[in-house]
Parts: sequence; structure tokens; C-alpha cells
Amino acid sequence: MAVLWLLEKLNYQLNRTVRLMVDAPTADSQENAADAFLQGGASLRNAPGPYFGSYGGRWMPESLIAALDEVEDTFEKAKADPEFLAQLKDLNKNYSGRPSLLTEAKRFSQHAGGARIFLKREDLNHTGSHKINNVLGQALLAKRMGKTRVIAETGAGQHGVASATAAALLGLECVVYMGAEDCRRQALNVARMQLLGATVVPVTNGSQTLKDAINDALRDWVSNVDNTHYLLGTAAGAHPFPAMVRFFHEVIGEEARAQILEQTGKLPDAVCACIGGGSNAIGIFHSFLDDASVKIYGFEAGGDGVETGRHAAAITLGRPGVLHGARSYLMQDEDGQTIESHSISAGLDYPSVGPEHSYLADIGRVTYEPITDTEAMDAFRLLCRTEGIIPAIESSHALAGAIKVGKQLTQGKENPADTIIIVNLSGRGDKDVETAAAWFDMLDEDGNVKGTTLSTRKPKGPAERSNLEISTDEAGKDQN
Amino acid sequence: MTEQMTSKSAAAIDRAKAQGRAALIGYLPAGYPDVQSSIDAGIAMARNGADLIEIGIPYSDPVMDGAVIQAATTEAIANGFRVSSVFDVVAGITAATDAAVLVMTYWNPVMRMGVDEFSRRLAEAGGAGLITPDLIPDEAAEWFAASDKYGLDRVFLVAPSSTPERLAMTVEASRGFVYAVSIMGVTGARQSVSSAAEKVVADTHAAGAERVCVGLGVSTADHVREIAAYADGVIVGTALVAAIRDGGVDAVAQLTKNLSAGLGRATAQA
Repeated sequence: MAVLWLLEKLNYQLNRTVRLMVDAPTADSQENAADAFLQGGASLRNAPGPYFGSYGGRWMPESLIAALDEVEDTFEKAKADPEFLAQLKDLNKNYSGRPSLLTEAKRFSQHAGGARIFLKREDLNHTGSHKINNVLGQALLAKRMGKTRVIAETGAGQHGVASATAAALLGLECVVYMGAEDCRRQALNVARMQLLGATVVPVTNGSQTLKDAINDALRDWVSNVDNTHYLLGTAAGAHPFPAMVRFFHEVIGEEARAQILEQTGKLPDAVCACIGGGSNAIGIFHSFLDDASVKIYGFEAGGDGVETGRHAAAITLGRPGVLHGARSYLMQDEDGQTIESHSISAGLDYPSVGPEHSYLADIGRVTYEPITDTEAMDAFRLLCRTEGIIPAIESSHALAGAIKVGKQLTQGKENPADTIIIVNLSGRGDKDVETAAAWFDMLDEDGNVKGTTLSTRKPKGPAERSNLEISTDEAGKDQN
Repeated sequence: MTEQMTSKSAAAIDRAKAQGRAALIGYLPAGYPDVQSSIDAGIAMARNGADLIEIGIPYSDPVMDGAVIQAATTEAIANGFRVSSVFDVVAGITAATDAAVLVMTYWNPVMRMGVDEFSRRLAEAGGAGLITPDLIPDEAAEWFAASDKYGLDRVFLVAPSSTPERLAMTVEASRGFVYAVSIMGVTGARQSVSSAAEKVVADTHAAGAERVCVGLGVSTADHVREIAAYADGVIVGTALVAAIRDGGVDAVAQLTKNLSAGLGRATAQA
């Protein structure tokens, strides 16, 4: 283990060095590189792709290039079409419930060195996470392209639920690929998708998690591209997905920036988000990229600890490679085989990361650090008990990171409350109750919540239960 | 098509053409079930009618492959397959036969080793070039340089969905032959060959390709016969992988012999 740790550490240092040599503009350090960028007047916002520095691109089978071109063309036209933008804005407001709140977490702040922590409440969106922003945009594009079917991959199930929701709303057939291991971890979300009329396909290839779900979704897409849009759920993959998914999530940062100015009269000192593929993060970061005074942090899943090898910290410990259509930081072995990632959070359990993040890491504009399962779960419990908000375990990584950043930025400061930090609370933790209950030792050996099996009444019979069954034709339509 | 240097693949296809028939290209993954079996099976294909041999590198995320090839390559990796073994397989087959030996690989393993280093070692092993299912010419600058430096063939794919502009660009970028995907889908045996295949081949020829070979879903002598009527070569993969899985090297030899019977007017008896 010690040797492994040393090797990983060496690899990490090498990465940092190589990164600066290869990709960064000439500068002495990462921070100087970003400063040079910002002071030079070049904007980091609205990067159109396909390349972000040396990342991104289209490392894809030729069979799918025409479909990617069609998506790109449709997206570029829609982006400039006031009718499309109005339609999206209306759905965001009257369906998702935007703008989402910016809530000051006063009691939680006391644990972060006294910095004022504000939560961007994406957990309050319809379907419980930021994912709805992207799926509504892409589902509208699918309609514009005349597609009748959408497919999606999902890790935690949040994107699958959001996709099934958008498909139901817009009358599209929906098939969701989900790793069999993730189906087990997130059984409730599987049921949710089925209730919404989607077909969930458990994927038993490879690690049976998110990356394998994406592989199967790509296989489906190449076979059914005539009538099908691949509703990719994160800011990764082949062009135009990274730039397009970011575009649909930029609303998070736009709202947060206006809200913090309104509530505090100034820009924040730092913005924190969790990173799996990185869509919630790029969405909130985008509005602050050109604000040189705002420090930006992305927190990757450190799993059992990066020194154990069981983690999902692609930027911290990966090296550039291609997976799922983009060149980006990638967890890979010396043969270029993808290494299975590990995280308590299904939504962060991905061995690569969106290409724009790789670029922002290289130029030093965003600082990326790993957060372990334990740190994330400590922050999860803390937010529950100080603010009455149950966060998604994914978002708990950002909370744990914010605690560290808060302590760091307030160190030696006379008035720590002058320091302002925004955390993107990307999702709510309802889906994670079982995982959290197991983590905090709340279950008995049969997996029941302790103290919930004492009733001596006879369980209710089938006659009473049948009232709960769904009887509309629509609901059962797509299930075999 | 770039033809300024000698292409081993083109030469092999032209030898078949001189015999009045299309070429047969047989695919098997390296290291399945082990490295020596891959060499033996490659030799068996070459001795039973395959003009070109395509050796796949097992990869963790093979998005263009169906269930049979996925299962085989996953098993090869689980058995400890290392990417550098592919050069042993190529060298083993080229030492024993006249067949042109190409490597089929997803791009990340090549990037990881270094495109130049990979190309140097492939050329040293006697390999003809690379078939690259997830590398399009648009992203292939490094591969252009290395393949020119080491005299390797660049086999890019075209599909029923390729636009005329992309067909022309891909034909221009390719050397050896152009790989026409017969159907919108992934590898795997199918009942019949898609009617889209003939049109893709005609369009690719019209775009200037001298040699166009068809793959995906080709598994029987009848399929081979049908495609050999309009294409310069026929590529069989999944059926051969199933053969080595179920019957070992002997089954591969037998199936190759059966498939080659479908090749055309003057089927070689040798």
C-alpha cells in the first residue's frame, strides 16, 4: 500500500508538471497562468468547443458523427432563437420552479471557520437536482430534430429520473441505461423512473456503474440514431455535449451571481461544487470564471482516500486520455485501460471528467481537490443537523470542501464573516437515505431501520394495498 | 487515397483481385483465450483462405462491439492480457504466413503508449497498419505523422450515415482500404446483410476509394458471396470469435474455409 501511495503521489506530481509544460500558457505557476489569462482580457466564458485547450474533441465512431453534427446544428440554431429560449425559460420557471433559492446556512457556517456559507438550492428543483435544467433543454432539442425516443445513462438515478420526467412531459419514449450495481444502490430511483413511464435497462457489463451505462447507451444510439436522441447527462462526451450541457446549466451561476450581489452587495470569495462529470459545477462556475477575485473549487470523489487507489478523483490522479468521445483527465492503467472508480456517491462514480474542467485545472483557474467518503458523510450529517436540509451525497462533497475552504480563507482574519462562500447544493438526499442509514449504523442485520420492526399488528392485506396500484393506461405502457 | 508508399493491405487485396475474387479479412481479439492461441488461430485463418488478418486489442470500453466480442475481450483482460502482447501476435502470424496483419484498436491504448512508439513497434512486428473504430480523420494528426513515418496503413471507417463530404475526406485520409460499416449498429452476427452496405460501397468508390471492404454482421458464406459481388473485401469478426470460443483453433480453420468458399468467381483451391 505504501508503495502504491508513493507511486500515486509521484504520478500526481508528474501530472502537475507535465500539465504546466504542455497545456498552460507560459507562466511560472498555475495561479499566475490564470491571472495572466484574466488580466489579458481574454474571457473564459462561453467556450464554444469542440476543444478546451487540448481537451474535448470528437473521439467517436464515424457512424455517430452525422448525429453529433445534427445535434450541434440544432443547438446552435436554438440558442439564437428567441422562441426556443422563451420556451426553456417558461419551463424553468413554471415547471422546474426556478429561480432556485440562495439560502444562507448560518449554523453550518460556524463549522467553516465562520465564513458566511450560502447554498444554491438546486435540491429544490422539480425532480430534486440540477439535472432537470439540462434534460428540459435537450428534450426540447430532440423534439426540434423530430426524434420520438430519448435514451439516457444514469449513475445515482437523478439524471435518469430527470430524463424520464422530461420525456413524459414532452411525450417522448424514454429508455434509461443504469449499471446493475447502481440499480441496487438506488432502487428507489429505478421505481421512480418506471412510474414515469421509462424503461430502465440494468447494465451488467464491466464495473456495472455509470461508465458502462454510457457504453450501452452509445451502442443503443448508434443502432437507433434515426429516431433517437442521446440525452447525455453531464458536461462530458463528444462535441457538442460539453458546451451544450454547460449552456443549459449556466442558469445556476447566473442566478447565484445576481442573488449573492443582492443579498450581500458583493461577489463571493469562493464558489464550491462537487465534480463527477462536472455539469452542476460548470453550470455554477461559468458566471464567475471571469471574476478574478472569486476563487473556484471543484471537489472530486476521494472514495476511501486517494492513497488507497479506491476513488474517483480523475483530475487529481488521472492523466489525459480519451473516453466516451472526449479527451480529458482519465483514470487509466499503464495500458490505457479505464480503471474502475469508487465512491459512496453513485453520481460521482465516474473515472473521467468533462473536458472543460481539465482545461480549467491546467490553466489554474479552478482548484480541484478530493474529498473522501468519510469527509462527505460528516458534512452530510452536519448539514442535516444544522440547517434541516438533507443533501445529496454528491453535494455533500462540495459541503465538505467548503468547510475546508472556509477555514482556510478565514485564517488570521479579524472578521471571518467578511468571507463569503457559495456552495452549489446540486441535489437533495432523499435518494440517499438508505446509503446514509447504513453508513451511520442505523440498520439492523436484516437491513431494516433499527426500531421499526416492533409493531405487533398484522400487516395490511393485498385488498387494502391494491388501492395504491396505478391504473391508468399511460403508466403501464412502456413496461414489459 | 494516399498511395505514395507501399501498402501491405492494398497488396493483399490486389492479390485476391488478380485471382478474380474479393479478399477475406478475419478478425480475432489478441489474447483470447491466450496469446499463443491468437497466434495459432491467426495462422489458421491465413492458411484457410483469409487474405488479411485483423487482430483486435481488448479494451475496457469497446463501444462499437456487441455482446460476443465484448465477452471475449473482457475475458482476455481478466486473464491478464497486456497491450504490448499484440506485437507478439502480429509478429507470430507474419512470420508464418503471407497474410497482411492489421491491428484493430480503440484509440486510448495507442495514446497511452504514445502514438509514435506504438507505430514503431507495430511496424517492427511486421504489422500492416491500424483499423481505428473510434478515431476519425479529424482527430488523427498524430496518427497521420506516425503512419507516414513507419509506412503503416490507416484504415478509417465510413458508415451509412456518412455525408458525401465526410466520405471524400475519409477516403482521402485512408491508406490500404476503407472499412465500410454495413449497418448502423455494433458488431455481431445478423440474419442478413443490410441493403445499406451496397450503397455505402458504391458511394465510397465514387468518392475515389480504390479498395472498400465491408464489415459488421457478416457471418456466413452466403453473406460473403453477397458482399463479394460488389466490395473489394469482406470482413468477418463475431462468427470467428464464437468459433474460437466454442471449438478452438480447429473451428476457426473450418469456418474460414467455409467463408472463403463464398468469395467469388474463381475461388482459390489452394
